[in-house]
Amino acid sequence: MDDRTDDVTVGSAPVIEPGYTFATVTDKISAIVLTRPTSVAWLFGFGVAFLLTMMMLYAIGYLFVRGVGIWGVNIPVGWGFAIVNFVWWIGIGHAGTLISAILLLLRQSWRNSINRFAEAMTLFAVACAGLFPVLHLGRPWLGYWLFPYPNTMKYWPQFRSPLVWDVFAVSTYFTISLMFWFIGLIPDLATLRDRSGNRAAQIIYGILAMGWRGSARHWARYETAYLLLAGLATPLVLSVHTVVSFDFAISMVPGWHTTIFPPYFVAGAIYSGFAMVLVLAIPIRKFYGLEDFITERHLQNSAKVMLATGLIVAYGYGIEAFMGWYSGNRYDTFLLWNRLHGPYHFWYWMLLVCNIGIPQVLWIRNLRSSPVWLFLISLDILVGMWLERFVIVVVSLHRDFLNSSWGMYYPTRWDWMTYIGTIGMFLALMFLFLRILPAISIFEMRTLLPQAEVKPE
Amino acid sequence: MQIFHRSTNTISRATIFGAVFVIAALFWAMAEIQRSPYVTYEGVVKPQPVAFSHQHHVTGLGIDCRYCHTSVEDSNFAGIPPTKTCMNCHAQIWTNAALLEPVRESYRTDKSLQWTRVNQLPDYVYFDHSIHINKGVGCNTCHGQVDRMPLMYQYASLQMEWCLNCHRAPEKHLRPRDQVFNMEYQQPVAGNPALVDGQSFTDQDSLGLFLVKKYKLRTERDITSCSTCHR
Repeated sequence: MDDRTDDVTVGSAPVIEPGYTFATVTDKISAIVLTRPTSVAWLFGFGVAFLLTMMMLYAIGYLFVRGVGIWGVNIPVGWGFAIVNFVWWIGIGHAGTLISAILLLLRQSWRNSINRFAEAMTLFAVACAGLFPVLHLGRPWLGYWLFPYPNTMKYWPQFRSPLVWDVFAVSTYFTISLMFWFIGLIPDLATLRDRSGNRAAQIIYGILAMGWRGSARHWARYETAYLLLAGLATPLVLSVHTVVSFDFAISMVPGWHTTIFPPYFVAGAIYSGFAMVLVLAIPIRKFYGLEDFITERHLQNSAKVMLATGLIVAYGYGIEAFMGWYSGNRYDTFLLWNRLHGPYHFWYWMLLVCNIGIPQVLWIRNLRSSPVWLFLISLDILVGMWLERFVIVVVSLHRDFLNSSWGMYYPTRWDWMTYIGTIGMFLALMFLFLRILPAISIFEMRTLLPQAEVKPE
Repeated sequence: MQIFHRSTNTISRATIFGAVFVIAALFWAMAEIQRSPYVTYEGVVKPQPVAFSHQHHVTGLGIDCRYCHTSVEDSNFAGIPPTKTCMNCHAQIWTNAALLEPVRESYRTDKSLQWTRVNQLPDYVYFDHSIHINKGVGCNTCHGQVDRMPLMYQYASLQMEWCLNCHRAPEKHLRPRDQVFNMEYQQPVAGNPALVDGQSFTDQDSLGLFLVKKYKLRTERDITSCSTCHR
């Protein structure tokens, strides 16, 4: 046994169960796409997700006809579900980049079996997130005004506004994530091309594989490109949600105007992102029998990341509450009181329970390795992180400085249809992804095998 | 096993390379169409109930702009003359011209002529003629050489970039107030100086800056603020 294998197998659980060869790894993963028949469960799941997507398109179509008046937003709460959901989705996306880029640079070999679908999750989550600010524009068909382009108005967007920074942050993030995902897919697409017996599939995978032959020169270039992209993506993990937090922090609204927002938003993003990774990984490994590849080790590590980022988030809540008292600012003090006792106090307490209370059970080792419990706790964290954004957006806005401008926010059925619809779209894209592309990186899994180790001279 | 022919390598390279040009050409075409008369109606003559010639009335007869457009100096709207203004002269001359029958009919029946508006700004733009006239913007700066237009057409694109070209640098276009209605006005040069308040200016730069002060123009920041025009 050499060092590398020791490193992989030492500790609680291996990143890949023993007994596999290069061929069996490839067989097992590519079979999901190539040879397995489409199951009834898949059709049912995809069907439900697709119906929800159609519901979202209906809600969006009606929005285009009638305008944002169909939503519950109004003064003082001008940022309702649209912004809550935007921040929630974009946060979920962060885990993908963290897993694929940062863990790659840190040489964490356990990333190899979850990075592929975590990246896909990132792309789909960012796609869902990107919908909301555009729908929120009022005249969504003029959304291209957000970009600086040589227009007949001779005017560019307001570069001093964090909303414009957002456009750049999110579109850069999506582009880099897409590139990273696609480049990582190329060797596996070539595998699918070579193993597929279907002429049409051969051509489609062949075009996407861009002539990959697996020569040493290909691999050398691939490794360089992949590392460079990882280097580019790494700062994005921190910058994107920082910029999103600026949407709030730059303003003067009590509850938004805090310097702790960037780190606390980034931690929250990774927190919810890993929760979503587990929510997806646990059923996938169960239904496709991938327990050997997505092992207890992956669940344990993800749970630890959630525990750590959850504590950072808890610290953020603590500082917010502390500053509410310590600043002596009457509006900040009122905000704290309003969160604890105001009309939305139930949801603030629920947020504390979901995000800080319940996840503390992750300190228990047995729970960290139990897929069922982890799945439930992850769902709880996703709900909690959604509530966090709801509290930040709605509770901060609904009590303006003057009590003549106080109001309440009630989401309408269209708010709910759009929100639930994006969950449907996300799942529909995930279902398609599982069926057409290898959900686990075949070639990166093979490098984890003991046989892949280069023998010392 | 080969799925693709060997030529695919070349084709794919050419496609990637060519895509750059195709996309660039698309953007170029969009920018050109957006600024073309097809979209802006710049230079397009529109049909009118009477083939009224500004050239004949202004250059030929020497009628001042304000004889017909009476409210241009103190209203946001320059004013379209009532039929009575036409009849001041046409009750005496060309009284039987077939061309002028719609004018006489309007006079008889007391129904206004329905002119087709040529310089049409969108409703979300607040525009005021009087402020421009009183700050020294000449008629032909925006409307072109109307005295040489047999049939009226829109001289400028009226796109926002065109407005801002002047609002961001008004000193390049200002003239002394007594020259606003002068269709033959030329910007001052060494051989043709402009006289304002006893001072002689031999170039537009110095005249423009002087007039900006003299007419108390608001700062560039004020006159390029969104709500100056979009109220």
